[in-house]
Amino acid sequence: MPRYLSMIRVDEQNAPPEGPSPELQERMGALFEEITRAGVMLDTAGLTPTSEGTRITWSGGALSYTDGPFTETKEVVGGYAILQAKNKAEALEWTKRFLECHEAFWTVTAELREIAEP
Amino acid sequence: MTPTGDSAAVDALVRIEYPRIVAAVAHVVRDLGIAEELAQDAVVEALETWPESGVPDNPGAWLMVTARRRAIDLVRRREIYARKLVEVGRSLVDVPPPDLREADDIDDDLLRLIFTACHPVLSPTSRIGLTLRLLGGLTTEEIARALLVSESTVAQRIVRAKRTLARAGVPFEVPRGPDRSARLSSVLEVIYLIFNEGYSATSGDDVVRPALCEDALRLARTLEALIPDEPEVHGLAALLELQASRMATRADAGGRPVLLADQDRSRWNRLLIGRGLKALLQAGDGPYSVQASIAACHATAVRYEDTDWAKIATLYGLLMRVEFSPVVELNRAVAVSMSDGPEAGLALVESLADEPALAGYPWLPSVRGDLLERMGRLAEARAEFERAALLTRNARERELLLARAGHFGTEST
Repeated sequence: MPRYLSMIRVDEQNAPPEGPSPELQERMGALFEEITRAGVMLDTAGLTPTSEGTRITWSGGALSYTDGPFTETKEVVGGYAILQAKNKAEALEWTKRFLECHEAFWTVTAELREIAEP
Repeated sequence: MTPTGDSAAVDALVRIEYPRIVAAVAHVVRDLGIAEELAQDAVVEALETWPESGVPDNPGAWLMVTARRRAIDLVRRREIYARKLVEVGRSLVDVPPPDLREADDIDDDLLRLIFTACHPVLSPTSRIGLTLRLLGGLTTEEIARALLVSESTVAQRIVRAKRTLARAGVPFEVPRGPDRSARLSSVLEVIYLIFNEGYSATSGDDVVRPALCEDALRLARTLEALIPDEPEVHGLAALLELQASRMATRADAGGRPVLLADQDRSRWNRLLIGRGLKALLQAGDGPYSVQASIAACHATAVRYEDTDWAKIATLYGLLMRVEFSPVVELNRAVAVSMSDGPEAGLALVESLADEPALAGYPWLPSVRGDLLERMGRLAEARAEFERAALLTRNARERELLLARAGHFGTEST
């Protein structure tokens, strides 16, 4: 059964400054519980803001470090989930339900990628 | 663009919702056969109406409402209900009154569905078929492919199982009281059997059939979420997560089995190991929990040489006390041979030589061959591997055993 990484991308600059509403958190909590109960959710977490992150790049034989926030990138990864689903359609269905938890003023992109199995 | 309306998306949706719908409908009609029929009717109605009316905003709820409405209609129209009952060979008198209350907790219904599908009145093969169909959401075709039997065999098993449940008047409920632990054992056994059929395929050409393992794992995870207060449920989940973490390395590119000692541990799935160790924290001291502890010893050994065989031998000893089995004793012999030397292991193996339960078991001569090989008694070892090769029904295992028999053929004179 394939595994999928769902990277949740948000626009840090234009996301609601107060974070997710209590209602949104409640809906997400209920949905995560349901996905877990379906045996599909292997792992999920939200990430702290990119202001606390660092990018380390190896290029031209040298390392360079860039501390956040990463303002030059419009949408940054704000969380992830690892799903194990029968197929891509099932993973898409759960991801769609996750996005639908959000209020209409949110812009959230879930990038769903299949994990390459050895 | 998410393909909401296409058939793959509808398939996925139905697969997700199916067990819950069957459970909720069974709650109303109190009969698994009728419940499944009504759930399927609702799916057919969806497939007929959605292409024209569009997929509703909440398709899962639509299916649930439609199926429940059909269930309530059915129950209310007593005549039709009576005819259905006659069809399944029951009289109206046997039937508990239908429960028309709105299901307040779908989880309870799912749990009832699991306990009913795994009822001991059914044969193990029926329980497996029914569980995969109703809870795994697999089609009969998928089950047939997974179990290497014909689709009509699976369909018959499922029909017969539902009839048996109806005839026996098995109530749609979660058992309480003294019955509960035996019934829970039956549920755990079904999940374990499904996993094992995929993990160490006893017949056929492949060593592992991962799809079955993953279906079992999903069921174990579901059960863990539904009854978090049962240590053995966590034990089983831990065991399956840990075993599954090694799945990709148990066969080579050509499909031949790879022994634990030779597996590429860097390819073991860290995420599943972590999940298994976490579940183990809530496990108890029942047989699945002890087996999970043994699996954890392997999973946490960075190299094969790091394996704590003395601890594994102790755990097998513990397992012998909770669940006596010659197969467990054979495993203990292997662990003892690793910690105390092949002679100590061989002594234990010899004590099993006349065990009737192991008479046709290929791993008895295989283990003996391995120990003899390590002791340098090569001619005897070869004979044991050849004997084991004759006994196994799995083609890939036979190849491995014959290879081991031939490996030192020239130097064994």
